[in-house]
Amino acid sequence: MHMYRTDMYEGMIAETVMVPGHNGTVINAYFARPLGSGPFPGVVLIHHAPGWDEWYRETTRKFAHHGYLAISPNIYYQFGHGAPEDIAAKVRAAGGVSDDDVVGDITESLGYLKSLPQSNGKTGLFGTCSAGRQTFLVACRTKGFDGAVDCWGGRVVMSQQELTPKYPVAPIEYTKDLSCPLLGLFGEEDQFPTPQQVAQHEQELKKYGKTYEFHMYPKAGHGFFYYDRSGYRQEQAVDGWNKVFTFFEKYLGTAD
Amino acid sequence: MCTGIVENTRVAGSGKTPHGWFPLDQVSVSYDHPDHAQAERAVIIDFLNESIGLESRIALELTPESAKNLVHAILASLSRGEGEGLGARKESLQ
Repeated sequence: MHMYRTDMYEGMIAETVMVPGHNGTVINAYFARPLGSGPFPGVVLIHHAPGWDEWYRETTRKFAHHGYLAISPNIYYQFGHGAPEDIAAKVRAAGGVSDDDVVGDITESLGYLKSLPQSNGKTGLFGTCSAGRQTFLVACRTKGFDGAVDCWGGRVVMSQQELTPKYPVAPIEYTKDLSCPLLGLFGEEDQFPTPQQVAQHEQELKKYGKTYEFHMYPKAGHGFFYYDRSGYRQEQAVDGWNKVFTFFEKYLGTAD
Repeated sequence: MCTGIVENTRVAGSGKTPHGWFPLDQVSVSYDHPDHAQAERAVIIDFLNESIGLESRIALELTPESAKNLVHAILASLSRGEGEGLGARKESLQ
């Protein structure tokens, strides 16, 4: 975390690339990595409902800056191309992107990172908002991730009425299959998820003896990392980012 | 899609973007986290013409209270313009 020295070398490359996606498709992704041969740990970032946008590109570079091979696949690729918020609107009107498609795309990105010669063999998963939910879902339905960070993912707990063909199973139902340690960051003023839903999720994690840590921040609602939105909370965001990097250092290791 | 709350309906009319007027055929109404409005949650309304594509999108993000005011204003204008006929129209929509 205290990564800086004034005499250190530092460099990264960040670019869009084409990577394998679900069911043999090829999708685009934003890939940022430190220069050098590593070995480096990796992180797959699932972008949030507002789209594959600038915040996710910045966050992908943030992970690379901290020494990770970081990739953010465009999970809305099948919906076409345009301004991120316009594509997000199209996805919203279509009832979202299916859980199966997301699990497939992210599994392929995991394989892509692990195949790189600079990989140290450890890979984490990170997502905010809708992607917080998807992060938990993917960490349950796949094997191979070494740590997952769910930031305020709503609808992990879902009522029967909320289930759709695209979201056929509430992610909480998969808790017993969680395949890696989980970090959860939440705001107590959030309504998606509510603190009660987070507590319900935590009970399920305890029930199955999973390795997890949940942090519920006071005076924070939804999306408190987003400096470009009204929900930004500086103190909670700084602490939250520290927890994210501490968690990944513990479970993924650091660059040599 | 943090909330998953979305209602789609067909509409007939016209919308205007910087590129000019175009026919509308769909509106999508969500209750979710806004991109731009200074609110934790908003009613997000996207008017679209599917055949034109995303360039046709006319987007609104209204605070929940503003959305309620808009609904009241629309119903009030319909009531004044259509009078008794509005009641029959509302029944036919149910």
